[in-house]
Amino acid sequence: MPTFKHYPSRHHSWRDDARAWLFLAPALVVLLLFAFWPVGLGALLAFTEVNIFDLTASRWVGLANFQALWDDPTFITSVVNTLLYLLVVPLIQLAALALAVLVNAQLPAMKLFRTAFFVPVVTSVSVVGIMWGWMYNEDGMLNQLLAWLRLIDAPIGWLSDERIALFAVMFVTFWRGLGYYMVLYIAGLQALPQEVEEAAMLDGANRWQRFWRITVPMLRPTLLLCTLLSTLAAMKAFEEVVVMTGGGPIGSTYTLAFYAYDQGFRAFDFSRALAASAVVSLIGFVLAWINFRFFRTEGR
Amino acid sequence: MHLVRKLLLSWAPRYSLLLLVALFTTFPFLWTLSTALGDAGNIYAFPPQLWPEAPTLKHIDEARQTIPLDRFFWNSVLISGATVAGTLVLASLAGYALSVLRFRGQRLVFLAVLATLILPSELNIIVNFITLTMLKLTNTHTGVVLPLLANAFGIFLLKQAFDEIPAEIFDAARIDGASEWQLFWRVALPLAGPALAALAIFTLVATWNAYIWPAVVLQSPDQYPLAVGVLYLSGTFAAKTRVIAAGTGLTILPVLILFLLAQRYFMRGLDGAVK
Repeated sequence: MPTFKHYPSRHHSWRDDARAWLFLAPALVVLLLFAFWPVGLGALLAFTEVNIFDLTASRWVGLANFQALWDDPTFITSVVNTLLYLLVVPLIQLAALALAVLVNAQLPAMKLFRTAFFVPVVTSVSVVGIMWGWMYNEDGMLNQLLAWLRLIDAPIGWLSDERIALFAVMFVTFWRGLGYYMVLYIAGLQALPQEVEEAAMLDGANRWQRFWRITVPMLRPTLLLCTLLSTLAAMKAFEEVVVMTGGGPIGSTYTLAFYAYDQGFRAFDFSRALAASAVVSLIGFVLAWINFRFFRTEGR
Repeated sequence: MHLVRKLLLSWAPRYSLLLLVALFTTFPFLWTLSTALGDAGNIYAFPPQLWPEAPTLKHIDEARQTIPLDRFFWNSVLISGATVAGTLVLASLAGYALSVLRFRGQRLVFLAVLATLILPSELNIIVNFITLTMLKLTNTHTGVVLPLLANAFGIFLLKQAFDEIPAEIFDAARIDGASEWQLFWRVALPLAGPALAALAIFTLVATWNAYIWPAVVLQSPDQYPLAVGVLYLSGTFAAKTRVIAAGTGLTILPVLILFLLAQRYFMRGLDGAVK
């Protein structure tokens, strides 16, 4: 619940009110216009045939937009791909936690490693798309490395083979997010009380036992927070698709959020785009609500 | 001697693993850099030469001549600068009201701002585009910046910072006859310096790197920021890999340097964004 620490004890007057609302006005106007309005209007417009130049000319069509989604095979592909995208979640969480544990030690050069792992997080997705386009090229470094290790005979079309492209894009999501979750886990690890682990050490528990029996259970809130954040991110993933494949080859890399973006800004079918966004929003909202409820009951 | 050997043996697995992961996360950058600075020869040679034999800056010059990099750079500076300035002003004013002031409807405002953190944002990109169309702000930098100022996390970050200032400081200034505006400007803001820095750097990195939103709002390439322009050009000049690599390098470099210099503040901002 909100805590307002600096409440002056004197009773407030209408002048106090007016002044406070003046301080708030600029932020509230922007929030109303660009955070609240889109949700309300968007939910409404998803049931209409939208006229973006004159919204009053939009026509109520009931569930027709959602019916159109259901009838579109590309939308079904998007749903399946979004579910597949969730595979990134356990992989990235395990890897990030392992990295955090490795790097959270009083040893030389650990800060340097942390920075190296974090650099992809502060890189624009467009630059990421360009660089990985080169890595995934027929003659690119990935194919060359695999050939050098004698793991493949012929180059793999990472972004041109419709059976592989989605996983190649997911791999880039993994690469981009690793450092982010690592930093969250480091913060979680550093907040743990040292005494419990020291006590276990005195009792003769080895490093492995201490990690699984003590660190992981105590880290539960961070683990759940990161898993939820990364599930939300996977459900909404589409930037990597925009910059790397544009949904191709043969529509094999469409995700739900990409479908919405594509319908809106490439096909200019805003009605269908809004219906698809409403679906993503609903899923996202349920997950965010679970997140919120959980962390409130945990007393965070 | 025995101790040294023991230490080395226990460290070796950890360091080799960390080195391998560091190579994994930084390799695409190293490759791009060496391609941008390399002179001639096969860019896809293997094993890759991570430091070119005769490094040259000519591809950077060529990039600046072939593609409007300088223009993109200034667009990026304008968009990011305006977003950072606007975010700091709006968030500090609102954060101050929520932390220090007392007014009717405070609880409601607090909950409303909190609600924007869990409201679904997926509809925003499409409806905000429609809103901008109605306001005739598409294809303008103003249109890119305005929706980015709706930043509840910034408000909370600064509310928290103002909460940490001891009440006695405000009381003493009030007794000395300071107006509320002076309290805000002369007392609260200077004391919230680190939080302001965290919000500024975090917003700057996010805006500089933003791709989707500016690409949606801006239609004419001469309005593009670097992050949008460089991808647009990599399609057009795909054959000139070294030139694109140079442009890519110039896109990353400013934000990377800034991040390295202000890492501490950035991490603080990240912490605030999660909570």
